[in-house]
Amino acid sequence: MEKFEKLSGIAAPLPLVNIDTDMIIPKQFLKTIKRSGLGVNLFDEMRYDREGNENPDFVLNKPAYREAQILVAGDNFGCGSSREHAPWALADFGIKAVISTSFADIFFNNCFKNGILPIVMPQEVVDVLMKDAEKGANARMEIDLEAQTVTTSDGETFSFEVDPFKKHCLLNGLDDIGLTMEKVGAIDTFEAKASAARPWV
Amino acid sequence: MSPKTLYDKIWDAHVVQEDEDGTCLLYIDRHLVHEVTSPQAFEGLRMAGRGVRAPDKTIAVPDHNVPTTEGREDPAQMTEDSRIQVAALDKNAKEFGIHYYPVDDVRQGIVHIVGPEQGWTLPGMTVVCGDSHTATHGAFGALAHGIGTSEVEHVLATQTLIQKKSKNMKVEITGKLRPGVTAKDITLSVIGKTGTAGGTGYVIEYCGEAIRDLSMEGRMTVCNMAIEGGARAGLIAPDEKTFEYIKGRPHAPKGAQWEQAMEWWKTLYSDDDAHWDKVVTIKGEDIAPVVTWGTSPEDVLPITDVVPDPESFSGGKVDAARRALDYMGLTPGQKLTDIKVDAVFIGSCTNGRIEDLRAVADVVKGKHVAEGVRAMIVPGSGLVRAQAEEEGLAEIFQEAGFEWRLAGCSMCLAMNPDQLAPEERCASTSNRNFEGRQGYKGRTHLMSPAMAAAAAVTGHLTDVRELA
Repeated sequence: MEKFEKLSGIAAPLPLVNIDTDMIIPKQFLKTIKRSGLGVNLFDEMRYDREGNENPDFVLNKPAYREAQILVAGDNFGCGSSREHAPWALADFGIKAVISTSFADIFFNNCFKNGILPIVMPQEVVDVLMKDAEKGANARMEIDLEAQTVTTSDGETFSFEVDPFKKHCLLNGLDDIGLTMEKVGAIDTFEAKASAARPWV
Repeated sequence: MSPKTLYDKIWDAHVVQEDEDGTCLLYIDRHLVHEVTSPQAFEGLRMAGRGVRAPDKTIAVPDHNVPTTEGREDPAQMTEDSRIQVAALDKNAKEFGIHYYPVDDVRQGIVHIVGPEQGWTLPGMTVVCGDSHTATHGAFGALAHGIGTSEVEHVLATQTLIQKKSKNMKVEITGKLRPGVTAKDITLSVIGKTGTAGGTGYVIEYCGEAIRDLSMEGRMTVCNMAIEGGARAGLIAPDEKTFEYIKGRPHAPKGAQWEQAMEWWKTLYSDDDAHWDKVVTIKGEDIAPVVTWGTSPEDVLPITDVVPDPESFSGGKVDAARRALDYMGLTPGQKLTDIKVDAVFIGSCTNGRIEDLRAVADVVKGKHVAEGVRAMIVPGSGLVRAQAEEEGLAEIFQEAGFEWRLAGCSMCLAMNPDQLAPEERCASTSNRNFEGRQGYKGRTHLMSPAMAAAAAVTGHLTDVRELA
């Protein structure tokens, strides 16, 4: 997995609440057996019309935001389906961080597995960041994971919380499975004990 | 010993290792797998030269993509990409030696219906699947939740998940339900009250008389939609009904192991003085038959109500409601019962079980689907279909003008050919009314099977209590 340390990029404002994973990547693109290539269909039904023409009003189609690396979104981002195709599509488009007041649980976890940093901020901070994002391409937002800060284009800095283990994995680009495999002894011991206590499992 | 919730008890019994910061390695007892969220995980195993750690605890079934029309064994019925996905599951199941129910097996069906039906899901277990509606299995007092594909690969390789414990939330439904009110109305009403993020960070335990009174099928409907309330999982403590349902199922314990299991299962309840981080109480008698009017499962109102005015909301919800009404083609103040439907979908992991089909038959017997309405019933599994045929329900449906389909997820997420056309309006027993969920620009109203059946025969959203 790619490391996430510092990011300076364009932030796109997406002030809708309850953006679900069906919106992020509709089901017709779930029929792939690969992880790559989904960026072109990110937010497909909002981004294109039926004929595949771009909707000029959608934020990521506007010239200022075509290279966006950060999304600032409304409450409860990523709700609904567990499809990891949602973070795959975001990552493939180039999005490396999403900022909202809240995220749905499964989406939140899926982000960390794909080098994307989801940042939870209180409403008043999201409001400030949303305004900053609305400034367009000239306004670059900075995110420093080590320091746990987001800095607006005006230099205003806000701190955020992140789970220490998840932070460690992102900073170092670590693969969870490899880490867990090192604990195989503990899993063996647990499994033996559990199958004695609950043999029907 | 300090008092514990049911969630605490199951959690504690599955912690392999806990780090100082509270990050745990949690052992997984059952891993359910379907064709859409697993191919990349199996591919990841192959690339890393890893195997499946516990193939005997891993169960696969294709459900999302499969057509529900007769003759579907013919691969020509699937689009090429669907066919490739189903073929990949076929190959992976054989190569890694996991339990598998292929499309032509009578036990095939929606993964969350097959698991309990075959006795794979048992009280006190940890159950995961690359699907958010894994919450369904919580009805058995199992800790069950959806995971992403990276986690699917993690569980395949290690039979564990890296997790932090959620908080405990109690949702109590007191007293009795009124006539015409069902498990679906309970679960939708809870989401209507708490919102789609109300359960974020929590595991919900549903309790109270109205929950105890539900059948296992009803309890599965309630837990199924815990995810729509944002919760990681929904739970209901096992009781005699649970044990009765499980007993004799193909993969349920037998003989001495049954007795041993029962001993533990009977300890699976929340202690009286357990700590709850959040409590929501709803009186059963206050719950009405409900429908959704918008594009979020929290957009719930009693069927007797009218389409709301977006200005009546606050914050980001004002814009969201405006957008939803525009998408749904509705006007504030319009009576919900005046909304005409073009399609009716009965099925899904929320409401595709035998009891749901019986409820539909009760409403439609001797009646006919309204003119211009296309209505389909998609049983949740091949065995549900067979039972409905044996009970004579299929005949009632067909005489009433419903299409009687083969098992699968079907129009709940419309990955197979069962889809709404743009602006087509559907009364649906599924779980999500998101934009485009049932087809591009399709309009979904969520409701109970009885309410969907009532809409089918009248051609508009209908209060099932008024239907003679």
